[in-house]
Amino acid sequence: MRNSLTIFRKDFKQELRSKAAINSILLFAVVTLTAVSFSIGNFSISDDILAAMLWIIILFSSMSGFSHVFLKEEEANTADTLKLIAGPTDILLGKFLFNLVLLAAVLIIVTPLYVGVFNFEVKNFPLFLVTVALGAFGLSAAGTIVAALIAKASSRGALFSVMAFPILLPVLILGISATRIAFKSESLDILVPEIQALFAYCVIVSTAAIMLFDFIWND
Amino acid sequence: MNNKILKYTWQGLLFIFLSLVIIGAYLYAPLAKGLGEFTRVMYFHVPVAWVTVVAFFLGAFYSVLYLRKRNILFDYYAEAASQLGIIFCLLATVTGALWAKESWGAYWNWDPRQTSIFILLLIYGAYFSLRSAVEVEETKARLSAVYSILAFVTVPFFIFIIPRVYESLHPDPLINQEAKMKMDAKMLTVFLSSLGGFTIVFFWMMHLKKSLIRIKMNFQKLVNQEN
Repeated sequence: MRNSLTIFRKDFKQELRSKAAINSILLFAVVTLTAVSFSIGNFSISDDILAAMLWIIILFSSMSGFSHVFLKEEEANTADTLKLIAGPTDILLGKFLFNLVLLAAVLIIVTPLYVGVFNFEVKNFPLFLVTVALGAFGLSAAGTIVAALIAKASSRGALFSVMAFPILLPVLILGISATRIAFKSESLDILVPEIQALFAYCVIVSTAAIMLFDFIWND
Repeated sequence: MNNKILKYTWQGLLFIFLSLVIIGAYLYAPLAKGLGEFTRVMYFHVPVAWVTVVAFFLGAFYSVLYLRKRNILFDYYAEAASQLGIIFCLLATVTGALWAKESWGAYWNWDPRQTSIFILLLIYGAYFSLRSAVEVEETKARLSAVYSILAFVTVPFFIFIIPRVYESLHPDPLINQEAKMKMDAKMLTVFLSSLGGFTIVFFWMMHLKKSLIRIKMNFQKLVNQEN
């Protein structure tokens, strides 16, 4: 656990110096948001479409940022050094934490911006918050393990969205459905079936990721 | 010699059995209420979809075996299961789309069931593109086994959970929530025979593929010895 925090801190410092990942993912999110907002213009659109658009922005910006997390170690030939320092689970946790913080930082900026730009009211705010938090967790967990796979495959990065999409899709579908409820319903109920399913997804995917990472990491 | 006759006998019997299933689907089984003539596609669509799931399961099973035993043979088996799986998956998608056109009015409308079969296609696509992207045999086997298991873990969400959350127009899968079949005896006979027949066909194809893989490996071994 301490090792994973060290790896997270190292990645975080590296990120503060280069700002490569945050720039690409944040700008991607803002650009897509602008594109969506601009193409809709002054038309009023329903809550259903708003929820779908938000999750499409989240999904694609996370896919644009996650693929680098292991790739950069392979490119800099530091993967072997990493192997000496920590066990596979620690490395996975550290990288996962980094992706989660990265996505959270982006979401903290983009989600309020989205609500502001489209000028609507989130009726069930706690549910919305829980959905986005669980969604971010699930996206980072699944995204990290696929990123590890991609880093070991020879073709660099290009495969990431092809491979991550089917794995990440439950988050998209459940996230849209839960956000729709949050935008519309007046009750402050959090435990809708979507949230339960999303929670189950997070647990299952992170367990599978921890169990499988060993096989990816050790040649 | 005797062995050979036995071998061809069961294949002949399977041929007759499946021919009977086809004839039964068109002539013997009555039509379901509200579905009309296109009930008949059920006798082929459902078994094909079922075999897709079996193939997917088998692929994940061989992937687990590969990761445990590290025998390249299991990787070839997993690939073979996925190759057969993608064929049945395509068949299930097409027959499903035809059925949907007749009963819902459109070939495709992102019903949860249609989404899940489409996701299976995407997973197979990703699996094979990963395999073609990696050149080293051992790495390829390892990575694709991991991906296959990872995909296998998320598939229950598409097949079981999302249709519960979203309303589906799809008729209940094999067994509905009250665990009762809504078919009469004649339909059930044809349906279950078709299901069994298709499953046997799949395992036969799988068996052929496995023998072929073993022959190829032995041949490779001999070639290596020669050199």
